[in-house]
Amino acid sequence: MSADLRATDLSLGTRLKGVTVALRSGEVTAICGPNGAGKSTLLSCLAGLTVSDAGAVTLEGEALSALPARRRAQAIGYLPQGPEVAWDVTVDVLVALGRLPWQDASSPQGQAAVEAAIATMDLQPLRTRPVSRLSGGERARALMARVLATQPRWLLADEPLASLDVGQALALMKRLREQADAGRGVVLVLHDLATAMNHADRVIVLKDGRLATDGEPDQSLAADIIGAVWGCEARWLGEPGTRALSVS
Amino acid sequence: MNRRLILALSLALAFAVPLSLLAGRVWIAPFSPMTGNAALILMELRLPRAVLALVVGAGLGISGAAMQGYLRNPLADPGLFGIAPGAALGAVLSFWTGYAASVWLLPVFALAGAAGAMALLALVAGRQAGVALFAMAGLMISSLAGALTSLAISLSPTPFAMGEIVTWLMGALTDRSWREVLIAAPLTAAGMALLLTAGRGLDALTLGEAAARSLGVEPRRQQALMIAGVGLTVGAGVAVAGIIGFVGLIVPHLVRPLTDRRPSSVLMPSALAGALLLLVADAGCRILPLAGGELRLGIALSLLGAPFFLGLLLRMRRGLA
Repeated sequence: MSADLRATDLSLGTRLKGVTVALRSGEVTAICGPNGAGKSTLLSCLAGLTVSDAGAVTLEGEALSALPARRRAQAIGYLPQGPEVAWDVTVDVLVALGRLPWQDASSPQGQAAVEAAIATMDLQPLRTRPVSRLSGGERARALMARVLATQPRWLLADEPLASLDVGQALALMKRLREQADAGRGVVLVLHDLATAMNHADRVIVLKDGRLATDGEPDQSLAADIIGAVWGCEARWLGEPGTRALSVS
Repeated sequence: MNRRLILALSLALAFAVPLSLLAGRVWIAPFSPMTGNAALILMELRLPRAVLALVVGAGLGISGAAMQGYLRNPLADPGLFGIAPGAALGAVLSFWTGYAASVWLLPVFALAGAAGAMALLALVAGRQAGVALFAMAGLMISSLAGALTSLAISLSPTPFAMGEIVTWLMGALTDRSWREVLIAAPLTAAGMALLLTAGRGLDALTLGEAAARSLGVEPRRQQALMIAGVGLTVGAGVAVAGIIGFVGLIVPHLVRPLTDRRPSSVLMPSALAGALLLLVADAGCRILPLAGGELRLGIALSLLGAPFFLGLLLRMRRGLA
């Protein structure tokens, strides 16, 4: 496994202070931390959307800021927090927007990618339905399919599980796992520590813009670290893979 | 779906243009031999006027559609960028200074006003190019140009100039010639080409600014395309026809449900439907018997547009409730 999306000594105002991380494709990486810790800012920098004051992000050795916007967009798919859809397009049209970086939505190759994304997210029965008539879970799947349609090497999502119920969240995590198994790098900002513990290969914890820990979930989310970062007493219950967090 | 809509609108235009040429205070019988007068009316009055209606309508329609896509707001209108009020201010100043007496100078002043508004917009919105800030800048320019226009009217040197200004501001296509077509057509065509280029970026903006950037849209390029595209089409339209409101607001709404609702799919049909609407409305103004002259096109469209806008608001309110 190669470390191919790297942030080196990234600083941005008071939001990020010298963060260095090296992410690997084929893994699910979770970014966790209290509110205001800089999770979304780090993800946005990794996606090449926010320019840091100091430090750099490199994609397979190339500086992300020097990459043409379209090539960056082909390599890194990004799902913002609370994604909006301004016009009431159908699922089909929404997913096809993912081909914009390739500008090939009407070519056979582009259509095949859209079909594959729709199939991966089980959206076939919904494809002609307008976005306004989707349930929260269906909408989250459609938006994820839009990112998948780009067929990016990296898939970055900011709190993709927000507003999903437990069943929907689990289903989406399983699909993201499949994407990582297929060789993509999956990087998620996650609020729910149990989800990070059970589903991530690696957890990055931020506090006040600084890297607190970076490692396997067992290490990064150990009870003493949760205590130090979130300021609460925590205890993990249950078996690995289906852990639950008890806090007091 | 889109191709069929464009075809249908083109066919409607192909019917409407010849019909509109026949209509007016003097009706021209299509199948009887043409007298000298009729030929003159057709070639020198009605044809340039019809072509101008098509050009201005297409420009207003497409820039309205592009604005709604860019601001992700169905209530956006080309006037919001302050370009139309800027152009109007330029034209008013040409009346004020007396330069309007020279036929070429009025549109030149108006285009200079539009260019001024565009430059100011680019300057205020700056490098960050956030869409909300951009809209606010447009609103500021719009109200500034409006205030200066009112000032010019209130200080107008002669009552005659004041009358001229007020009449001109109402917007019309009466007494226009090939000269106006020559001014407006190339500028509008260039602006439309820019807005069509902006289509992909507008589609990406459907998902919000951050997602659009992640899809490879460069905000500054997108903003430049919008300013130049809307500036050229709307500036050219105001320069030759005065302020004609509501076309840019109404037309994209009428067209959108017939497309797949992507902003880029709405652009071309909005241009065609805008051309059709202005052509039909202008012919209507010509036919309508009104003591003391013709109904001004700008007034007619506002009379049509206001209730439409109200209906839209009520529908949105129901949607929100």
